[in-house]
Amino acid sequence: MRTDTEPLIRISEVSKQYRMGGETVHALADASLHVLPGDFVAIIGPSGSGKSTLMNVIGCLDTPTSGSYWLDGEEVSLLKENRLATIRNRKIGFIFQSFHLLAKLSALENVELPLIYRGVSTKLRKELAQEALDKVGLGDRVHHRPVELSGGQQQRVAIARALAGNPPILLADEPTGALDSKTSVEVMELIQDLNNQGHTIVLITHDLDVAEQAKRVVRIQDGRLYAEGGVQV
Amino acid sequence: MNVWQGMKMAISSILANKLRTLLTMLGIIIGVTAVIALVSIGQGTTKAVTDQVQELGTDMLTVNIFGRGSDTSLSYEDAMKLAQTDGVASVAPASTQNSTVKHASTDEQVSIVGTNAAYADIRDYELLQGRFLSDVDLDYRLKVAVLGSVIAEELFGEANPVGDWITINGSRFKVVGLLQEKGSSMGGSNDELVLVPLSTAERVFRSVGVSTIYVQVEESDKIEQTVSTLEAQLTKLFRGNANAFTIFNQQELLETFSSISNTMAMALGGIAGISLLVGGIGIMNIMLVSVTERTREIGIRKAIGAKKRDILYQFLIEAVVLSGMGGLLGLGIGVGISQAASALLHIDVVYSVSVMVFAFGFSVIIGIVFGLFPANKAASLKPIDALRYE
Repeated sequence: MRTDTEPLIRISEVSKQYRMGGETVHALADASLHVLPGDFVAIIGPSGSGKSTLMNVIGCLDTPTSGSYWLDGEEVSLLKENRLATIRNRKIGFIFQSFHLLAKLSALENVELPLIYRGVSTKLRKELAQEALDKVGLGDRVHHRPVELSGGQQQRVAIARALAGNPPILLADEPTGALDSKTSVEVMELIQDLNNQGHTIVLITHDLDVAEQAKRVVRIQDGRLYAEGGVQV
Repeated sequence: MNVWQGMKMAISSILANKLRTLLTMLGIIIGVTAVIALVSIGQGTTKAVTDQVQELGTDMLTVNIFGRGSDTSLSYEDAMKLAQTDGVASVAPASTQNSTVKHASTDEQVSIVGTNAAYADIRDYELLQGRFLSDVDLDYRLKVAVLGSVIAEELFGEANPVGDWITINGSRFKVVGLLQEKGSSMGGSNDELVLVPLSTAERVFRSVGVSTIYVQVEESDKIEQTVSTLEAQLTKLFRGNANAFTIFNQQELLETFSSISNTMAMALGGIAGISLLVGGIGIMNIMLVSVTERTREIGIRKAIGAKKRDILYQFLIEAVVLSGMGGLLGLGIGVGISQAASALLHIDVVYSVSVMVFAFGFSVIIGIVFGLFPANKAASLKPIDALRYE
């Protein structure tokens, strides 16, 4: 894949090995992936295919054993923990399967969290968080705590949290995995909406129906990536 | 993330579990309460005692004569020669006997002190009625007596004793004066005594010489010097036997007393320190539980950009807020207990700001020391492991 635009994500021949019970597991084997700005990539694969590992590597939660990973013009595969935290904070908006909201905090406070760690002033933080909640259609629910919200609403709070810091990439890990089919549709519509507004989205799922809503589908099998059609990328 | 943000987070997380918070703080609360209450009451008592000693006068020396061989006392004349010593203002030799004093049908066992006119000044007695002993009383061995306030009341009730007669050891004495109440100091009441001229006492009790000499020094800051001059002179009088007498110095008593109270303060500090240590271990324990309970929260925070330092601060601040709140509560309860003790037991309490600041500061330091390990444990969690934790 060659274009004139610099890719946001450029993963080249990344491998990740774990030692589990004395055996070496090749969770990722020479995986390569380019994601351009404005792209919407779905990575699909069955459980055990290495997609969680890939998601951890893309999300800078884990570092690869070998290979290089350029994220928004920066080589991140060799960075130390603190730098990675900053990268996660500024470059990536996480959307998790089980929402991962903090139960003790209100919707607004949850959305504020990444901005707190970025050192944004209280006033600006509240504005940005409110803006993000408005964007996902929860502008009137800011003081509700996660338990007072439905699953779909919770996931929208989580999406607002991912949006609040305006990161270049939204990384969604099975965003509809814990939702019923009706709310799944709503959340996927929201994600497509965001892509239409210019957000770059990487979506990881095992569900073909979900994956097909992306612009591009990449399959992962035994730690190797294949473009739709079966060609290894 | 700034400290204020951390404080808000810590307080909300502490308030989320009130009973556990209270139980965790209990060790610190008890420790600080113990320090504040014991030190306040202890210092109050110390102050009361020092005040009493100081009331006796720091410019007074008491010379006790034990004698040498059969010679167990000093003659009045020899004792009065001490008045010529450098730095000595005046001297009141005294010879004390226990005897029965009678008036009408009442009789009382009381100390009869044979002394001279200087006694009142040196011992700081004030007259309420009549006059004190005079030199003429001693010269003519007059049978006159000055009564202490307690014995006067026991013998005469509310009536004015001056001008009346009492019987001491079979001899009739005329009461010429009544002393004002002085209260008690270390060594008992100062008002249960009858003062008579020393020469009269020697004759009535068939005793010779004095066993106690009260010495007033001219300047209290030169008291050490005067003591050594007196010692030299008395040693000469007893032909080199320095064990024949002791010179008792109020200043020395004060010093002894303050060293005792310092030792006690140190012991209290040790006990309180141990209690605070135990409290600190309690905090560490509960913080470790909290880190385990909140592993997923830590994972989420790290995933969205919290640095190791942010998590460390969050848990450290929480531990410090816990111990600091415990310290403040302990301060309040300690002051409350001191107030209650002062009201119920009628004792003085002295609050020492430095001790309060120290106790509070120490509890905060305990929070830091014992919070560091759990906080570091939380900060070192890997985000992927923490997120996966159920």
